[in-house]
Amino acid sequence: MKKHGMGKWNKYLVAGLLMTGLALLLGIVGIFWTPYSTTAMSAAEKFDAPSLRHIFGTDNFGRDIFSRVMEGMGTTVVISSLVVLFSGSVGILLGALTGYFGGVLDEIVMRVTDAVNGFPSILLTLVIISVLGSGRQNVILSLGIVFVPSYIRIVRSEFIRLRDADYIRRARLMGVGRMRILFVHILPNIFSVFWVSVMIGFNNAILAESGMSYLGIGVQPPDASLGKMLSDAQGYLRTAPWYALAPGLSIVWVVLGFALFSEGIRRRNA
Amino acid sequence: MKYFIKKLITLIMTLFLVSVAAFLAFQIIPGDVVTSILGTEATPEREEQLREELGLNKPPVERYFNWVTDVLRGDLGESYRFSKSMNEMMPVAELIGDKLPVTLWLAAVSLVLIIVIAIPLGVLWARSSSHFLDAVLGVVTQVSMAVPSFFLGILVTYLFGILLKFFAPGSYVSYQEDFGGFLKYLLFPALSIAIPKIAMTARFLRNSMLTELQADYVRTAYSKGCTKRRVMYGHVLRNAMMPVVTFLGMIIAEIVAGSIVIEQVFGLPGIGRLLISSISTRDFPVVEILILYITFVVIFVYFLVDILYRVIDPRISEV
Amino acid sequence: MKRIRILLTALLTMAVLGGCGSDGTGESSGDNSSKEPVYGGSVVVGIQQDIDSLDPHKATAAGTKEILFNIFEGLVKPDENGNLINAVASDYTISEDGLVYTFTLRENVKFHNGNVVTCEDVKYSLERVSGLLDGTPLISTLKVIQAVDILDDKTVQVTVESANTELIYSFVAAIIPAGSGEDAEADPIGTGPFSYVSYTPQVGIVLKKNPDYWQTGLPYLDEVNFKIVNSPDSAVLELQGGTIDIYAYLTDSQAQELQETFNVEASASNVVQALFLNNAAAPLDDVRVRQAICYALDKDSINDFVGGGNGTIISSAMLPTLKDNYVDLNDTYGTTANVEKAKELLAEAGYGDGLELEIAIPSNYEFHMQTGEVVVEQLKEAGINATIKAVEWSTWLDEIYNGRQYQATISGITCDTTPGYLLNRFQTDSKKNFINFANAEYDALYLEAQATLDIQKKIDAYAQLQRILCDDAGSAFLQVPANMTAINKKLSGYKFYPVYVQDMSTVFWTE
Repeated sequence: MKKHGMGKWNKYLVAGLLMTGLALLLGIVGIFWTPYSTTAMSAAEKFDAPSLRHIFGTDNFGRDIFSRVMEGMGTTVVISSLVVLFSGSVGILLGALTGYFGGVLDEIVMRVTDAVNGFPSILLTLVIISVLGSGRQNVILSLGIVFVPSYIRIVRSEFIRLRDADYIRRARLMGVGRMRILFVHILPNIFSVFWVSVMIGFNNAILAESGMSYLGIGVQPPDASLGKMLSDAQGYLRTAPWYALAPGLSIVWVVLGFALFSEGIRRRNA
Repeated sequence: MKYFIKKLITLIMTLFLVSVAAFLAFQIIPGDVVTSILGTEATPEREEQLREELGLNKPPVERYFNWVTDVLRGDLGESYRFSKSMNEMMPVAELIGDKLPVTLWLAAVSLVLIIVIAIPLGVLWARSSSHFLDAVLGVVTQVSMAVPSFFLGILVTYLFGILLKFFAPGSYVSYQEDFGGFLKYLLFPALSIAIPKIAMTARFLRNSMLTELQADYVRTAYSKGCTKRRVMYGHVLRNAMMPVVTFLGMIIAEIVAGSIVIEQVFGLPGIGRLLISSISTRDFPVVEILILYITFVVIFVYFLVDILYRVIDPRISEV
Repeated sequence: MKRIRILLTALLTMAVLGGCGSDGTGESSGDNSSKEPVYGGSVVVGIQQDIDSLDPHKATAAGTKEILFNIFEGLVKPDENGNLINAVASDYTISEDGLVYTFTLRENVKFHNGNVVTCEDVKYSLERVSGLLDGTPLISTLKVIQAVDILDDKTVQVTVESANTELIYSFVAAIIPAGSGEDAEADPIGTGPFSYVSYTPQVGIVLKKNPDYWQTGLPYLDEVNFKIVNSPDSAVLELQGGTIDIYAYLTDSQAQELQETFNVEASASNVVQALFLNNAAAPLDDVRVRQAICYALDKDSINDFVGGGNGTIISSAMLPTLKDNYVDLNDTYGTTANVEKAKELLAEAGYGDGLELEIAIPSNYEFHMQTGEVVVEQLKEAGINATIKAVEWSTWLDEIYNGRQYQATISGITCDTTPGYLLNRFQTDSKKNFINFANAEYDALYLEAQATLDIQKKIDAYAQLQRILCDDAGSAFLQVPANMTAINKKLSGYKFYPVYVQDMSTVFWTE
């Protein structure tokens, strides 16, 4: 990721970088430090409206919402990154093998990815979590499984496109090993395409993770997660609307920032 | 023709895989429908009796096989949990038939909103030479696309329901009782589904039109003395709409899946909510059919989109 | 009715409201309770869930039983103070050895079909629930019935296997016409104040006045409609819109919203909420660790945070509303946290450096989940690093309740009017002893209590059992949460029962 150096700056890139940067900063700092404890409760401070003391207000346990948003942001970003890492790696491996070799493996993998793709993602995660149980690792695993097919497809079609390219034919004739052709000769050439889908995938992972937490099958309390905060807050919408706004707008902030950032990158490279 | 047969086989294969996967998942998930129905206080004899009534004492392979043959014969089975009257259980077909209109109407209203708002918006945007409007629409659509639907649902509830009192959250009326009131209530959940899609569609249409505007035939049309209006609506829009139609097809599939969450936010008794509650109560016959149904719709819509692509651009070959 | 149900829906929407507590039983204290009753009219009661069965012997859901209470009656039935009153029977005697029950039928009690209740009907009903009829007992506590004999046309004698003074509470089982079991689902016929009119799945059930009801003057209402509401939110809207008149399971914010326009009252539920500890799972097999957890909890603040302060703090398994049998043991561990003592005990047990604890909670119960968050925070103070594992209800039943594969869980156990009922489950060999409580003294004392026919002895034994359960820290008992009920201001006479009952027979319009 070239953030600095040459290249044209555009407003998308600047806005995206600023927003993503702030979100990442809050999230990462939130893993180590928050202004208030994210779990300490105070009966006296239940449902305090936003003020200088608690800039996002407090929740039904009197916890500082800003601190919890920081923690939740960190959780979301870490989980989403791991999901992209997991599904991206599996996608590259399977996409490369099926795209390059085709055959029975290709058939099987494609049928399975069809089935997974046909399943609405939220439904699939629901079923996987029902089987595996809730918890951080299972959230990553289930979202990873959901996102793998899209990567397989992209990598596979790129490998199909490149497997008959002249330079690959030549390499084969020269007796270069299969694995070397796959991962040294072809792989680096698909990165520009792959990168775009990673960007999209990251945003989708953030939305999916918060959606899961919203449905109560994501990160478990008392750990803060933006989606869970939203679903908790929904019951108090009449009396404490800020409780819902803070985590909701935070999700929008992260997703929007990253969308602008990837748009900026796209335009710069265009 | 060969293509259709191949697609059909793929569809059947996929549905089969999905049904096996769902069945297996239900074998693994902890929790037993009998305890779930009877609670903790029933006598063991009663539990055994119910197990037998539901056919749960047979080996899994036989149960799956029976289920498949029944479904192929058109018998979707009966729910474990919902009763039709006090003496018979609710047939799955009837249960889903009852909830499906809610989800379908939700999808329909959303789609209408998307088309009615996004297309004029996209055209306006493409035609506009105002930098200001361009910037505003750019920002607004970017932001709209970044809002998760459940948060949008909460925002809509807060804004239109609590602050402006356009509707009363939770005051859902059944379509059998009062269809007008039903549609009116659906408007707001539909809006929550539609807003991000409107943004996407409008952007898509605008880009598509801008590309078309640079095409050679546009210059030819102008040179032949066509009015700007005629070029815009007679040629550009028509050509630009083709990819948009396929794009809308994909959106339909997303709406069907997305309604699972929105139904949860607005308390709509559609198939999404039925699915979630049936998973948690281990009502296997209902879950299996719903999953197959949703999978079918999604694959079928993608399939239609695929065909449309082919119709538009015969150059697309199979990959 | 003799059935504890692990809390189904009530706690989902468990309610809290400041400054509106009553002692939980007795007549509604609305400002119009002195007004003259008007006969007639109809009332719509909002209910949360569909009916699971109209067969009173097969219904298990608490939400169903609270409705069927109006249609069916047993030989005896509970009143609002948790005591038994005679219903279909006008009198009964129990033999000295506790093995023979002799019931005298009340004169001229009529079924809804117009027939007078006979001994044949009673015999049929009791044989059906006990399994004597077809080998399938429907109510487990009545399995002990060995024979039902008709002595004369007004007297029925029931012989049981073993003496148990609390068995009488099980005779609330509905009396239905002889041979009507097969039809009970389609055409339920009982002797209650209201008779069945119609049932529509997912819509509700309609009842009408039983003009021949044996309690003269009751019921007041001509019709009662139990209507299923889609969500607690829509219940509030329907209350405000006037389409329902009574709704019993409000949440805190809802109760506050309705306070102006409705009589909103808090009453004690029949649920014992606890942090249940698996006594067989390390490190909870060490009594000191369990005691440390009890000391570490601040029950007052749990009640404040999740129950709006309306719950009743408890320290053992008995409802304070069962006044004769309840002993207040809250001094044992205190109602606020004693972190010093907790740490001391943990150190003694070899966990001076802290310990890990996984608390499994059924995720559909918002109330328990919120309690869990508070509990985790409180345990942290004492060096216990607790984590929450949300599980689905079905999973909870399977793995935790039946499988007993867990360390700790937060849930509620519900109680009927039988005082020994909650204590029964903590016998070492009880099928329902999901916390694996094992205390020989407890077991012996429980058997003794069951065998004795001396009421005072029994009460003393129960007090001792509660004490053992508390001292041995079988689990960390937290509170009996409150129920919040909204009632139309023009209605009066609504009674709160310490069990799941919506008794509509005494409800009347004041204008």
